[in-house]
Order: sequence, then structure tokens, then C-alpha cells
Amino acid sequence: MNSNVPKTLFEKVWSQHLVNDETPATPAILYIDLHLIHEVTTPQAFTLLREKGLPVRRPDLTLGTMDHSTPTTPVRSFKDLAVVGESAANQVVKMQQNCKEFGLQLHGFESEFRGIVHVIGPELGATQPGKTIVCGDSHTSTHGAFGALAFGIGTTEVGHVLATQCLLQRKPKTLAIEVSGELQPGVTAKDVILAIIGEIGVDGGTGHVIEFRGAAIEAMSMEARMTVCNMSIEAGARAGMIAPDETTIAYLKGRQMVPAGKTWNEAVARWLDLRSDPGAEFDKTVSINGDTLLPMVTFGTNPGMVIPVTDVVPDSTGDASFRKALDYMQITPGKPLSQSRVDVVFVGSCTNSRISDLQQAADILGGRKVADGVRMLVVPGSQQIKKEAESIGLDRIFVEAGAEWRESGCSMCLGMNGDTVPSGQLSVSTSNRNFEGRQGIGARTILASPMTAAASAIEGHVADPRPYLQVAS
Amino acid sequence: MIQAIHQLVSRTAVMPATDVDTDQIIPARFLTTTSREGLGSKLFHDWRYESDGSENADFLLNRPESAGCQILVAGHNFGCGSSREHAPWALLDYGLRAVISTEIADIFRSNSLKNGFLPIVVDDETHKWLLENPGCEVTIDVEQSTITLPSGQSASFPIDEFARYCLIEGIDQLGFLQNHSDAIQQFEETRTWKP
Repeated sequence: MNSNVPKTLFEKVWSQHLVNDETPATPAILYIDLHLIHEVTTPQAFTLLREKGLPVRRPDLTLGTMDHSTPTTPVRSFKDLAVVGESAANQVVKMQQNCKEFGLQLHGFESEFRGIVHVIGPELGATQPGKTIVCGDSHTSTHGAFGALAFGIGTTEVGHVLATQCLLQRKPKTLAIEVSGELQPGVTAKDVILAIIGEIGVDGGTGHVIEFRGAAIEAMSMEARMTVCNMSIEAGARAGMIAPDETTIAYLKGRQMVPAGKTWNEAVARWLDLRSDPGAEFDKTVSINGDTLLPMVTFGTNPGMVIPVTDVVPDSTGDASFRKALDYMQITPGKPLSQSRVDVVFVGSCTNSRISDLQQAADILGGRKVADGVRMLVVPGSQQIKKEAESIGLDRIFVEAGAEWRESGCSMCLGMNGDTVPSGQLSVSTSNRNFEGRQGIGARTILASPMTAAASAIEGHVADPRPYLQVAS
Repeated sequence: MIQAIHQLVSRTAVMPATDVDTDQIIPARFLTTTSREGLGSKLFHDWRYESDGSENADFLLNRPESAGCQILVAGHNFGCGSSREHAPWALLDYGLRAVISTEIADIFRSNSLKNGFLPIVVDDETHKWLLENPGCEVTIDVEQSTITLPSGQSASFPIDEFARYCLIEGIDQLGFLQNHSDAIQQFEETRTWKP
């Protein structure tokens, strides 16, 4: 390939991992640098290895945790932790057995580094720029915030990576999403990605790897960038990426799995070279003005059905799927969402469970109370985040406001671990999917930022967080 | 591993809803299984059953005319959301073999192809006709990459050449990767930086 042709960030990472390039007859063989595994999407893959008598090719590039079907009930000791349901308990035991049998590192119940798979990868420094990272989970796109090529795979592919450390892949197209300007107070990374999905639609990224760029993205912390990349899949994209820069380097420095000494300096030089070359061409480009974005909330049953919190619900009732979504949500077109009474508020998930997310919610909740009749759950993304939050007193702010402070895990994001929203109840959630029944059978979900979630908890209905910021300053 | 499939002839069941996500195909609470078998009973569970466990008689797959249909005609962007392979496992276990839409989400499509479930994307005109004519008999020819309507009219659909070859031969893609183990080892030894 002509090295003078300007390349995108994606193209650089892609081409560095080609064992074999694609041809019309065969896909590329792409080498995988980090395989993250969890209890839900791996047992059938380990069964396959056992049936074929295959070992895991690179146990050193495989890292396990337990997050999806594990409970978040507060406990004194993890020996007391009771997994909810026989099959979930069996799954957790299987994960322990599989990791032991195949010699894989697992951050299980006793590990102080356990947490949501997409939270602990970056936290440990396992997630690094320029790596290819996969996991049997669609929100693997989170790790793209570091300039890694990271995407979700199915269980058959989990087996492929365990056995060969490679995947068969067709080269995706590229989509540049440029967010210009400066975000206003009260507008967060969550609002940016919700606005983007609203703009391009839940299939707007299908077949593409997104590169998020522009002044508003460059100004973001790593945690905010992770929130943006996390929801790339909600626009249908294969992955989302952000070019590594000084913010990336500062986040990674000193973390337990990053290189040290001379190798660190070499790695930094390599990482900073990954950014898209000037003049690199994308298959598609979308521009968003960051200056004018507002806090965003969803009103329907997919993340693309989203409006500024100050708007009224649009009326597209001629569309049968739109009508079905509003019927399910019990939401009326033409009315503001502030008229909808909230039953549950959830702050957590791989989208918004990091320390800055918890801090933003606590800043609004501090000295205030969760409204009567509202159950609020705050679930840190990892045991490390839990510890950090407790060291700066965030847990006390939540508990004094009337919220529950929990152990780490996926919790109420997906209703498979005992934490669910009861049927018919309305939840304001910092998670990533407002699909029918996602948080529990019949649960109605409104996606929002941690700030909007906290303001809604206080008021007992969907609320704009910005008035609380003005009071605070 | 997967069953070879050359051609599929079946009546269609039509689900016009757009953006059907994999949480609808199989809700997360059924993912605590460690097996890939027996998920057909959970397919579209929360649409298919009332809260008391009785069948929702209005739901597509519960209607008598859907019995025996192996082809689902779905709205735009079928299979979006979660990467759970339990979705194609549930569809296959139920007895479906193909979905036809104007768009199919990336991960769901990839998972489907690895299990011999056919994700077929057709043009808007063919799709519109299929939506308006539920229960018609359609022929999907994997070898020719065509779908033929009862009128005899055919439309071609895009399919990755390698995926098509694997479907026709019933080939497990893991074997293909294993055959390249020397190249993989060489890559590991010669790359300029190590993860």
C-alpha cells in the first residue's frame, strides 16, 4: 500500500492487525490484541473448545470479569453474595470453572478489580490505543475512546478468538462525526451521543466505524469519551473511535497493565501517531454543532427517539412503529416529558457509572432529597470506582438523599441479575437502551445523563438539570 | 457444525415493525443459560405471551397461518442492539431459517451466517410487495443469491462470497482460521510491537 496516502485512525489500526488481507473470495484475518470475556456470552464457546480439544491460544491476551448476571446487593463479604436464580448461579460457577480450566485471568467476586467489563478494561490499563479489542458484548465500542478498534462479537466468534486469537472480518466503511464548538453547562457526553443518534438514526452507522472528532470531543475527559463511544452501537455502528491525545496519555500513565519506562515512551510515540492524517478521506461525514446542544432525553423505545428535555414529544403517529412505541411508553405526542411521573431512577451501566458520572449526579443531589415514591439506585461501574466514591463521600450524599448505594455490576441496565424496574413503571436511566422490557418486563425507560437523572429523582418527574447548576454557582 | 443450505422454499410470516432489537427476539433474562439449545420457546417471549403466561393470540407467530413458516419478513433494521447470539439460536430452534428485510444489523447478520440462519436484504420494492402479501411462497436460492416471488419474478440479494460458500458447503469458519495457524504465528513473531 502507498504509505503517502493519508490514512484514517481506523485504517491505521486495521492495517496493523492484518494477518491476511481480504480478497473478493475471503474476508481479512484480523489479529485481536485483547479479548475481554464475561459470564453470559462465553459458556457455549468454552463448550466448543472442549468438544474440539482446543486450548486458548493466548490466555495472556484474555481477561475475564463477572458483571451481567451478578447481583449488586450491598454485602459485607462477597461470600454472602447470593446470585439471583439457579441458572444465573450456574452460569457464574461455569465462568469460574472455565477460566480455571483454560488458565485465564478472572476478576471474580473476591477481586477488588471486578466490575463492568467495559469499565475495568480502561481502569486496569488493559485498554490501550491502537489495540484491537473484542468482547461478546455490543458495548465493546466503549474502548474506542482510546483509539482502539473495539467491537462486539457473538459467541461463535468468542470461540474463534479463544482458539486462534483472530477473527474473519470484512473491512467496514468509515464515518466521521465532527462535533464542533463547546458544550454548555449541564450538557454532557451522554447528551452529545443521544443527539447524534437522534440525528443519524439507530441504523445511521450500520456497516461503518465512526470516528468522533472536533473541538467538543477533544475537550472531553476520557470518561466522557467512553460514554460517547459506548453508544456507537446504538447508531448501528460497528465501532466508535477517538484519536489518542495528551488526555489519553495522562489517563493511562501509571495504570497497572500499561508499559513502563522506555517501553512507555515508545508506546506514547506510537499512540500519538495514530490520529487520522490530514486529508484522510472518510466514506461519510456528519457535522454537529456542540454549542447549541441541550440535555437530551428519549421518549420512545429506541435511543434514536430522543428530544431536548425542554421540547414536547413529536407527533409522527402516522408511522405504526412510532405509534406502537408511544403506546408502550404511555406518552402523549405534543406534551412535554416533564408531565411524566417517574418511579425509578438508575445511575449506572457501562455508559455512565464512572467516577465523574457519579460526581455529576452527586453535585445535583447534594443536600437534597429523592422525591417521595421514587426509588433511586446508584451502581458504580467497578469495585475500584466504589472505593474511590466512598473515599470522597459520594456514597453518603446518595444515601442521605434517599438513594441506594450498591456493589458494582450491570444492574438495572438489562434486568437479568435481580435489579429490575417493575412492569408499567417509568424509569429515568443513565444506561444505553430504552428497548421494550430492557429493564424488566413492561418497564418503560427514558435514557438521560447522570445530571438529568439526578434532577428527575429530586422532582419526581423528568427534569432539566440546568436550574440546579445555576443555584449551585 | 452448521447445516448446509442451498435453497429454502417456504411461506412467509410478516412482522412489519421496524428496528426490532435482539432484546425483543430474546429478552436478557433468558441469557443465563449455558447451552445453545432449546431457546425457541423464549423467541419473542414478551410479545408472544401475556403476563399470566398464556399465548397472545394476536401475535404473528401464534396465528394459525404462521404455522410452518420458515421465512420471517421483517421491517427495516432487524436485529439491532445487543450482540447476543442467542437471537439466531432462538429463531432457528423455533423453526425459522431466514429473515428478509431492507436492512439487517451488523452483529446479528454475522451471528446468523455462522449458524446457517439467512439474513436477506432486498430492495424496497420487493420488500414492500412481501409486506403486502403475507403467507406467499418464496424461494431463497443461496447459490444464485436470488429470491423468487410466486409471480416468478426474481430479485438478487447481496451476500458475502465467503459466507455464501460456507452456507452452501455447511462449513464451520473456525476450521478456515485454524488452517492459517502458521500465518497467525508468523504475525505474532514479526509484528513491530507486542500487545
